[in-house]
Amino acid sequence: METTETFAIELSGVTKRFGGIYANKDASLKVRKGEIHALVGENGAGKSTLMKILYGMYRPDAGEIKVNGRAVTLKSPKDAIDLRIGMVHQYFMLVKTLTVAENVVLGEEPVKNGFSMDYAGAREETRRLIEKFNLLLDPDALVSNLSVGEEQRLEILKILYRKADILILDEPTAVLTPQEIKYFFDIIRKLSSEGKTVVLITHKLKEVLALSGSVTVMRQGATVARVETAGATESSLAQLMVGRPVVFQVERAPRTKEELEKSDTALSVRELKAMSAKGHAALNGLSLEIKKGEIFGIAGVEGNGQSELIEILTGLKRPVSGSVVMLGKDIDFSRNSPRRMFDSGIAHIPEDRHKKGLVLDYSVAENLILGRHREPAFSTMTAIDFKSVAAFSAKAAGDYGIYPPRTDLRAGALSGGNQQKIVVARELSREPRLLIVSQPTRGVDVGAIEFIHKKIIETRDLGCAVLLISAELSEILSLSDRVGVIYRGQLAGVFGAGEVGEEQLGLLMMGGKA
Amino acid sequence: MNEFLQIFTLALLGTTIRISIPYILAALGATVSELGGVVNIGLEGLILIGAFCSVLGNHLTGNPWLGVLCAVAGGMLFAELHAVVCIKFRANQIISGLALNIMAVGVTKFFLKYFFHSSSNSGRISGLPRWDIPFLSGVPVLGDIVSNPLILITLLLIFAVFYTVYKTPFGLRLRAVGENPEAADTLGVNVYKMRYAGVLISGALAALGGVWLAYDQHQFTDGMSGGRGYIALTAMIFGKWNPLLAALASLFFGFAEAIQIQLQTIGVDLPVQFIQMIPYVLTIVVLAGSFSKSTAPSADGVPYEKQ
Repeated sequence: METTETFAIELSGVTKRFGGIYANKDASLKVRKGEIHALVGENGAGKSTLMKILYGMYRPDAGEIKVNGRAVTLKSPKDAIDLRIGMVHQYFMLVKTLTVAENVVLGEEPVKNGFSMDYAGAREETRRLIEKFNLLLDPDALVSNLSVGEEQRLEILKILYRKADILILDEPTAVLTPQEIKYFFDIIRKLSSEGKTVVLITHKLKEVLALSGSVTVMRQGATVARVETAGATESSLAQLMVGRPVVFQVERAPRTKEELEKSDTALSVRELKAMSAKGHAALNGLSLEIKKGEIFGIAGVEGNGQSELIEILTGLKRPVSGSVVMLGKDIDFSRNSPRRMFDSGIAHIPEDRHKKGLVLDYSVAENLILGRHREPAFSTMTAIDFKSVAAFSAKAAGDYGIYPPRTDLRAGALSGGNQQKIVVARELSREPRLLIVSQPTRGVDVGAIEFIHKKIIETRDLGCAVLLISAELSEILSLSDRVGVIYRGQLAGVFGAGEVGEEQLGLLMMGGKA
Repeated sequence: MNEFLQIFTLALLGTTIRISIPYILAALGATVSELGGVVNIGLEGLILIGAFCSVLGNHLTGNPWLGVLCAVAGGMLFAELHAVVCIKFRANQIISGLALNIMAVGVTKFFLKYFFHSSSNSGRISGLPRWDIPFLSGVPVLGDIVSNPLILITLLLIFAVFYTVYKTPFGLRLRAVGENPEAADTLGVNVYKMRYAGVLISGALAALGGVWLAYDQHQFTDGMSGGRGYIALTAMIFGKWNPLLAALASLFFGFAEAIQIQLQTIGVDLPVQFIQMIPYVLTIVVLAGSFSKSTAPSADGVPYEKQ
């Protein structure tokens, strides 16, 4: 022993199998008291599994868990809570029909006169914690009315109410806007300064460098390195995660103005107006033009008409007015349908893969032919030809690096990045002529991001027009040949590649002048 | 016009309450079970079991209160079956409920024959003794209502269930496991235990509804639940899974039936078939107007599997 320092958390030799597949294999983790420790790794590297073991949700097949130097056995989250361990899950665990205060006290409710809930006490304690940690929440607000950022702060509040000293945060920034992320960082630093130990599961390496004191890197279920953040760089961490050097900026030659002028127009949108589902004006005369072989990026804060634009272009919604000429055809909206759009060569990678991209209860193979099941290659007159589906999906899984490479698994059983690869594989293998991509790498790790970016560029190089919508400015800037900023249902400016930086885009997104 | 006014008598109020009591009790039970996330269409069977057990208990012990106790125990025991099948074995809750209903018919028939040597009805039993309340008991109709222990108990239960659901930790946890069991689980709430509790309570409440039917007629008759469990389910939906509103909805259904009976009694010049249609037409009209916004608990009917 070189040091007598006690660790808040010490996991060693942790192994966990699901079916025959190892989720964790001899994994270890050491976290000092009071530090912010980052746990990084690709999707499916076993980070979440390891943390669920620490939180008592899974029982390990082998391995030792020490909390504050004492070996412990965790049978359920209750045991973890008793040890003052708290966890914020990647997908929030909130009861939407209850209030903030009710969600906070659930399971450990203050009681008065023997059996009644002490609602006043619950509110009071909730308010005290909100103020102490500057969480900006209303104890009486209904959770169904909260924004994603507020929901996350509520999750942290729930943990603090249980007097947790060790906080595990699973992919906390995956769903936050840039503004919310900044605020979230402040809260984490505040927690750390109050003596709390924080374990941050993430694959955003910038965040690791900005927040953490030390890092554990996992790959394929095992721990491959534990390093101090001070000596690490983005590329050194990425290399440890993936096991090979990672390219952050995908190699590509942006289209020049001359090239674009010569190219045919693939999509032309004129003066498009549309209402949102809630009946507000969402698009206010938006116009844009995309050439064949061009990636047109749209940057913008969510809710400025992006969803409506995509819905119109994929046939899910009718505009109030305006015209769309797609691949040389004027779209007749009165007779339009998603099927027509699909058949005319449009592919769509939706922002929410769970809601719109996949049927989670279908197998990977079935998801890979969703929408294409009618093609003669996959069906006879009456039935799906499962042999050819199996052959096609095995090849697609190989080409797109879907892991585990078993197409008979439920899509829902795969990690987020691999689920996204299923969607990408399905859409791109059709060799579309117009590709609409929204948030293609949300909640996806560096290795998969690199891969998906490469595939999008390859598709462009085949002559496909690409409309890319993303909240990640770095993604927009590194992929797009031209960039437009959407603000209140209109384009607030269009720039060629290299003509604009993140700063300027950020300003335009907020309605400022460039 | 005269005829129209004739309907609204104190007798109508009395009939409404008499008809509503089993609806209210079963609807309260349905609400508690579904708030916890378990659909219980077995109410119909539970009412029947409750009715039979109360008569049997009463017959064997000679004490109507012990009959009530037997009914509650029988209802909970029978509901336990549903709970085990749905919660532990994660079977389809509709199928399990249906099985419960079919089984209840068979079980009661069997024991009816065994204990009362009849395939249609039991022997006559005494009801619960009236509670004499000074002054009020003498008032017509109203007196009958306030001095009937089961009516008072039902009234009390409406508020007790409401209070438990919305004002106690038990209620908060129950609603949480019906809405998002995983969230509750991660906070250390025992999802299975809460759901068992919800289903058992629904068994007890529905069985009390059966007690009312049996004690009102002073006997058990074969199949006497007569579809009331399903009406209670409708009342629960109409009441948007709120115990108080479910009780009000039950009263409304009771009222519609009472009007129909009243119209037949006074002999309105309308074909009897039309009069008999009234409760159903009213039900459809009202439900069509209120179903627009579904407010069922999110995890209602979805078995929970702990990881």
